[in-house]
Amino acid sequence: MADEVLTAPLVLEYPFTRTTGPVIGGFLTGLREGVIHGVRRSDGTVMCPPLEYDPITAAPLSELVAVGTVGTVTTWTWNGEPRAQQPFTQPFAWAMITLDGADTPMLHAVFVDSTDDMATGMRVEVVWRDEREGHITDIAGFIPAVDSTTGEPAAMPSDVEQIQSVRTPIRMEYTYTPGRALSQYLRAMKDKRILGDKCPETGEVSVPPRGVSSVAGKPTLPELVDLPDTGYIESFNITRVPIKMRPDLTPPYVSAWIVLDGASVGFMGLGMNVEPEDVRVGMRVRAVWKPDDELEMSAQNILGWEPTGEPDEVITDYARVGRLEQGGGQ
Amino acid sequence: MRDIAVVAFSQRQEAVINTESEVEFMVPLMNEAKDAVGLTQQEMGFTCSGSSDFLAGQAFSFVMTIDGTGPVPPISESHVEQDGAWALYEAWVKLQCGDIDTAFVYSYGKSSPGSLRDVLATQMDPYYVAPLWPDAFAIEAMAARQMLEQGVVSEQQLAEIASRSRAHAASNPHAVRTTPKSVDEILAEDYAMAPLRPSDLPASADGGAVIVLAADDKARELCDRPAWIRGIDHRSDAHTLGVRDLTTSMSARIAAEKAGVGDDKIDIAELHAPFSTSEAVLTKALGLGEGTVINPSGGAQAAHTMMASGLIRIGEAAQRISRGDADRAVATAASGPCLQQNLVAVLEGE
Repeated sequence: MADEVLTAPLVLEYPFTRTTGPVIGGFLTGLREGVIHGVRRSDGTVMCPPLEYDPITAAPLSELVAVGTVGTVTTWTWNGEPRAQQPFTQPFAWAMITLDGADTPMLHAVFVDSTDDMATGMRVEVVWRDEREGHITDIAGFIPAVDSTTGEPAAMPSDVEQIQSVRTPIRMEYTYTPGRALSQYLRAMKDKRILGDKCPETGEVSVPPRGVSSVAGKPTLPELVDLPDTGYIESFNITRVPIKMRPDLTPPYVSAWIVLDGASVGFMGLGMNVEPEDVRVGMRVRAVWKPDDELEMSAQNILGWEPTGEPDEVITDYARVGRLEQGGGQ
Repeated sequence: MRDIAVVAFSQRQEAVINTESEVEFMVPLMNEAKDAVGLTQQEMGFTCSGSSDFLAGQAFSFVMTIDGTGPVPPISESHVEQDGAWALYEAWVKLQCGDIDTAFVYSYGKSSPGSLRDVLATQMDPYYVAPLWPDAFAIEAMAARQMLEQGVVSEQQLAEIASRSRAHAASNPHAVRTTPKSVDEILAEDYAMAPLRPSDLPASADGGAVIVLAADDKARELCDRPAWIRGIDHRSDAHTLGVRDLTTSMSARIAAEKAGVGDDKIDIAELHAPFSTSEAVLTKALGLGEGTVINPSGGAQAAHTMMASGLIRIGEAAQRISRGDADRAVATAASGPCLQQNLVAVLEGE
């Protein structure tokens, strides 16, 4: 098909709340108070940032040691095009920095104007964020250290509340492309047509189409089949509690498994224009479409499924349904 | 130990595959590999796949792709969120158990819909590193600077690696970066992520690969010249960047020793080295010398398909053995920042 590729913006976003334990929690508590800690390793050296275990000996570690706020760059590179979630909006350097009193480097950002201001071995000092909460970003970044700066470890105040957990939100943006079969399906939706896959070996029809027959492991394209917008309810449930993410759905409402006439498997749809108590397995339904002037390339064109008033489907082909023994059930 | 061989391989890699979904582009590859050995899905003793839904942002893409195998009636199957080389390893272990004679392995990645650099940032330490969203390329660039400043490698040598990748890729229909460039032309490039130049970075690709494994006489029955896996091992370095020496790879060195890389002459090496620096590290860790042709396909630099590049290295090496172009080959797969985890496989003809 010569049509241009369909695309849609897709954002994958989720907040992670992670528990920290005493070592990472101790480090993050220190950051909130303006103190950086490492942890003493099996060989007496100090690892910063600290872990609960020694990566070489696997020994459990627990002795937090305050280290300096000035350190030495062990290697670096230039980030010419910062992205939204990174530490700084202007171009900056990524660097590995070994703080005074620590023996291992940590990754962070160095704020300088250009690569001319960066060198391995240069001395840098912490820039603290004004509002600190116990998070790695409490360190806004590093800047070149002034010669007189010593960065001696600050005293850790006693009796402060320990950080127990940390939120690390994840957000990723995509330009989603649906592939061949779903593209045809979405284009047809704009014309109030429903397309399905037909298995080249068994003739089984599934909706929505995926471009592949999962029974045969064969492509179903290029031919998709047209299906009517009528069918029956194979199963259903009644939801009586509200769902936070769907304020548009007022309980009680019916989620039904709809099998279109000519289809071999069903899909989920919303019951419409029917009292939930009246819904039954085998009930004949038809699609309720959006008004013609609101149609888009979207399955949301079908608002739901309403009874046709025809006699119920008599379900006898349990082998096809696949979940019941032949002759079982009714 | 049973003798286990690669008996079929298919692959597809393109800069961007935006017309087909993952399952749509994998089904033809699956059938190509099955047809090559005349096996149906139901004749495969075990199926194992590798992929990550985060690449394309397609939830349950890995389940949809299993549909592509034709898993009815239900098949014995497993999935790893790793490069397909680790799926192959799982299948190899399963074959060693002795109750099956064939295994079907595939993996794929479609990175183009999202920002691969952002996705890769999420694999970092979630407390200290990932919240800063460091660029996966930036971390390699910091390792590169250490290598250069410590004299482990020179910019000239990095450019030679990048130039050779392009030259080899010119004859590989599956490679993405195939325009030849001389060492001088590469050295004249502006830095992309100093001290790495554009040619030092991988050419990102969408795609996938399929391998069929078979044991003992079953392999001889299915393939004229099976590529026998004589050694295979994988190791991981520490997760914490600060405790690693990024100029070298302990995990690759140990895996290579366990796989027996140094036991005999290696004709060709297909190294999962996305960056020029990664190749320099791996060549040294594996102890490869003058007599070995490195990355005759152009390697992962010429086409880097996340989750499949490692499996493709094994396939490329196996194909050269099956064709009679090589008698003994090594293939590697890598995962994580700066080659954190490495799998090494030694393949031989009979």
